[in-house]
Amino acid sequence: MSTAPAQVVRSEWTKIRSVASTVWTLSLAVVVTVALGMLISALSKSEFGNLSARDRLSFDPTYISFAGMSLGQLAMIVFGVLVVANEYSSGMIRTSLAAVPQRATFLFSKVAVATALALVVGMATSFVTFFLGQAMLGDLRASIGDPGVLRAVFGGGLYMTLIAMFSMGVAAMLRSPMLSLGILMPFFFLISGILGAVSATKKVGRFLPDQAGSKIMQVVTPVGDDTPYGPWGGLGIMALWVLAALAGGYLVLRQRDA
Amino acid sequence: MIEIEGLTKRYGEKMAVNNLTFTVRPGIITGFLGPNGAGKSTTMRMVLGLDRPTAGDVRIDGRRYDQLKDPLTVVGALLDAKAVHGGRSAYNHLLCLAQANGIPSRRVGEVLDTVGLTPVAKKKAKGFSLGMGQRLGIAGALLGDPRILMFDEPVNGLDPEGIHWIRNLMKTLAGQGRTVFVSSHLMSEMALTADHLVVIGQGRLLADTSMADFIARNSRSYVRVRTPERERLRDALHEAGLTAVEAGEVLEVEGDASESVGELAARKGIVLHELSPQRASLEEAFMGLTAESVEYHAHGGQPPAGPGPEQAAVIPGPPGDGAAQQQWGSEWRQR
Repeated sequence: MSTAPAQVVRSEWTKIRSVASTVWTLSLAVVVTVALGMLISALSKSEFGNLSARDRLSFDPTYISFAGMSLGQLAMIVFGVLVVANEYSSGMIRTSLAAVPQRATFLFSKVAVATALALVVGMATSFVTFFLGQAMLGDLRASIGDPGVLRAVFGGGLYMTLIAMFSMGVAAMLRSPMLSLGILMPFFFLISGILGAVSATKKVGRFLPDQAGSKIMQVVTPVGDDTPYGPWGGLGIMALWVLAALAGGYLVLRQRDA
Repeated sequence: MIEIEGLTKRYGEKMAVNNLTFTVRPGIITGFLGPNGAGKSTTMRMVLGLDRPTAGDVRIDGRRYDQLKDPLTVVGALLDAKAVHGGRSAYNHLLCLAQANGIPSRRVGEVLDTVGLTPVAKKKAKGFSLGMGQRLGIAGALLGDPRILMFDEPVNGLDPEGIHWIRNLMKTLAGQGRTVFVSSHLMSEMALTADHLVVIGQGRLLADTSMADFIARNSRSYVRVRTPERERLRDALHEAGLTAVEAGEVLEVEGDASESVGELAARKGIVLHELSPQRASLEEAFMGLTAESVEYHAHGGQPPAGPGPEQAAVIPGPPGDGAAQQQWGSEWRQR
């Protein structure tokens, strides 16, 4: 005896499409990623002449076109956090769980719907970013048919989706939009980058979800790079982070009073 | 039918709900009465499986809440009016609830009509007044046409017209044979609506009785008599077999005895300055019942250290307030 998951998925779809935050977070993710990617691609083209021979060897036109994702992913984080944590901040969670007392069905239907939406938007963003970025790069551009490029572009869409999923898991654990954003935004925007740049923490930093996951978007391995995992290995590490966050979120939801 | 058995909820050291056992039956309105913080909302949340009991059990028509198929079609609940995402329209709020439980979407329009929110169906819930939010919550409770309805403080925030409406709604629902369980901290509200009464204080069951019994048992009627010849009247009353107690300057004669007291005084030629029948209100009876268990005392505006033990007897109170006043007073003196 339970509530049919198909009904709950339908209900969660109604929920997600009927709030304005879905539209503005996802559009912001697209716009910021694409616009910043185009800008950085254009700048890279004009700077290419000044690069050293070594840097020219490491030049990765595909990866450069995804540069906007560092900022665009923040909008994906907001999307993932709000989808889950708004249930708590509004008190809707009590109404929702009265309708769907099976907490696993409730949480995973919600995550499934939000993930599907993030995947569609993420894939579209990734492909649009790639093609517009390459257009800015002119002669330096990569082609979608080049070895590893399609994998990188497809991976960019997966990366954005996984970032949103990770945020959903964290929000389910913390149950507060402000707390979740207050931790996730500085972490992904600043702390992860610092940990990855400082040589002492670099070996740890590259196992963080965003650094491991973004390996999938690299086509040209930088000279002297000793990362111990490949593109899919990196995405796998990120997927493990996502699983851990969602499992933690489910355990919190299962244990605690609503 | 809701069966609550040995229900207990502990938060750390504090017992929010303490071994409650009672049954809410169909076809009548059962009032759930208790002062603020008595554990009413916690109990209702446990009925819906939102909070896990520390001990005990709740059964809904014999089953646990999470064993119900499409629970909104069995139990409809109004917990707090603001359990709504403010950015969602009233229509979409109800639509997502309907879809989750396989309720046809035309029910959304029907319940919006029932609660009178059709004109604002497409408006975002955050613009709603407290009363409109309450109506939206009630619409959500009615959505699945459930056999059991639970309302937590439904009249809060409603205007007089709205209060009248919800009272009639509850009566209609009970008249259709449904189980109606409604909480309040106001005895006067319960007296107007409830057929059966469950009273709790500090999480413990204080009374589980029909409303008629509660009224018969708790509303003490007496006659207030003021006379310059108090001693003579007392003796006369005693001879006539009437019980009288002295309360300050006046005598209180037990029972509906104003005629016999008047006739007696006339026969004996005793001057009366006042002869008035009194009835202690249900509110006072409720206060008397829960005085021991009220969590937050207001101390009647007096500083806690101020009054000595004799003060309680001379606190000027409304007629007939004596019993309740003394219990309130004795309570804070114990602390």
